[in-house]
Amino acid sequence: MFGRGRKIAPYLFISPFFVGYAIFFLYPVIQSLQLSFYRQVGLTNAPRFIGFDNYIRLVSKDALFIKALSNTTYYALGSILIIVPLALLLALILHSPKLRFREFFRFLYFTPNITAGVVVGIIFGLVFEEQYGLVNNLLLAPLGIDNVRWLRDSRWIMPAVILLGVWKWTGINAIYFMVGLQNIPPELKEAARVDGATRPQVFWHVTLPLLRPILAFVLTVAIIGSYNLFAEPAILVGPEGGPNNAGMTMTMYLYNRGFRELKMGYASAIGYSLAVIILILSVIQLILIRAFRED
Amino acid sequence: MRLAILRPADSNERKSLYMKLVEATIIYAVLFFFALLVGIPFLYMFTGSFKTNGQLFSWPVNLLAPEPTMNNYERLLSGEEIPYLRQMVNSVIIAVSQSALTLLFASMVGWGFAKYEFRGKAFLTIFLLFTFAIPFQVTLVPLFQMIVRLGLLDSFLGVILPSSVSAFGAFFMRQAMVSIPGELLDAGRIDGASEWGLFWRIGIPLSRGALSILCVLVFLTAWNDYLWPLIVLRTPENFTYPIGLATLDGLYKVEYGMILGGAFIATLPIVLIFVAGRNQILDNLTIGAVKQ
Repeated sequence: MFGRGRKIAPYLFISPFFVGYAIFFLYPVIQSLQLSFYRQVGLTNAPRFIGFDNYIRLVSKDALFIKALSNTTYYALGSILIIVPLALLLALILHSPKLRFREFFRFLYFTPNITAGVVVGIIFGLVFEEQYGLVNNLLLAPLGIDNVRWLRDSRWIMPAVILLGVWKWTGINAIYFMVGLQNIPPELKEAARVDGATRPQVFWHVTLPLLRPILAFVLTVAIIGSYNLFAEPAILVGPEGGPNNAGMTMTMYLYNRGFRELKMGYASAIGYSLAVIILILSVIQLILIRAFRED
Repeated sequence: MRLAILRPADSNERKSLYMKLVEATIIYAVLFFFALLVGIPFLYMFTGSFKTNGQLFSWPVNLLAPEPTMNNYERLLSGEEIPYLRQMVNSVIIAVSQSALTLLFASMVGWGFAKYEFRGKAFLTIFLLFTFAIPFQVTLVPLFQMIVRLGLLDSFLGVILPSSVSAFGAFFMRQAMVSIPGELLDAGRIDGASEWGLFWRIGIPLSRGALSILCVLVFLTAWNDYLWPLIVLRTPENFTYPIGLATLDGLYKVEYGMILGGAFIATLPIVLIFVAGRNQILDNLTIGAVKQ
């Protein structure tokens, strides 16, 4: 079917993918934008054009949307601030020469990342259980700290989800940083040492700046991952996010409105808001990384 | 290191044996501590699956299972609560088909971009890069409506098809195939091979390594996916295992041992696959990071 024609062959090779891409990605992207200007509840009802009403309602009248947005942002900031330094520390340790069992540690730290979100949510239901849970009994009790009501107190739900995120994502990010460290020529560090730099100085002025591309990658993935968060909190505290909706993320909110209440137009507007937020955050992140380069 | 010998004053070289020991102790202590933090929840999932509810929710916490019971597994696999075995088979069918389709589409489009010059190539590349950044949540509602209209609600095909066009896969395969030497293809053409023959007999075999990595990644994503299957699948007989576990979790919060058993047998195959191919996979997982 591909004949000998080198002129048409490339088009035949790329068309199955692009036909699928157009049907299952591009068309929904455009359709969703259109739908976000309509009111449509249920599958069979006729959509009614309402202009920007969905968006206006989201930002001015929908307290739950703002809640989901702030929860998700809380998670993104909290998890990134813990995961990035921790992953960097682990990478530096795992990168040190003559380390034994390096492969073992690297693989073990990575395993949470290949575990299904639903399974992680189930395990952490026990980890954060109030009376018989692992955190309260094995980590906090020896320090003399009273039981924390992780999953029942709205103030503690997001910290619990953040710790779950730290458990799941630190290992893979340590591996990313390890690759970055491997790509730094050892001569650069040696040269700095010869010039009299101390080890912390080498880290701050040689290693860290050279890790910037990896850092940008890690941050981008983390931001996108935060706004995709769905299975873990949905299992951990239920689809409504537990007490006071404290564990409700953006994607959970979209799912609830779109697929439990079948508010198609409104859910599309949530989807586009999400896209805009991720876009803005990515741009901010890129500008910040650039700014550090100018120093 | 040679430079260091020239300058014996270097603190690193003068470090006493004692300091080295202290440093090594700290390093291994930190690594071991994190290993415990990562490992104990897994251990607890495993041992918990052999416990009764009473043993699971008792004090003090016991990480082991001193009096193991198989009751959880027997009840789970007998299907009295949910058809869990069937749901795991569903997950296998969906993940395998999705991997096969993704690999086919991705390697074809990757081959087209890697080995041919054609009009619109630059535009399509940039176009793909830009649209790649659009989050999938945007597409959920219209995709769902499309699946309903096509009559694919509650079907495996409805889960598989939209997930089988992976822009990441396309870029990944293009990167892997671009280094295949053009002379090989020219030689093949002189021998009378068709363009499809070149792809199938030269392109595919020479990118076996990349294909196997992409295969594992796609399989893993499909195996662990929750949101999209949850939207499409409607009856317990058609659920994938994560939905099954979630229903079990929602309905029978008290039957935790059984839920842990289900979680364990669904996680084990994935971990085994990764143990078998760990070095190749871990080294290549980071391709995206390095290319940035």
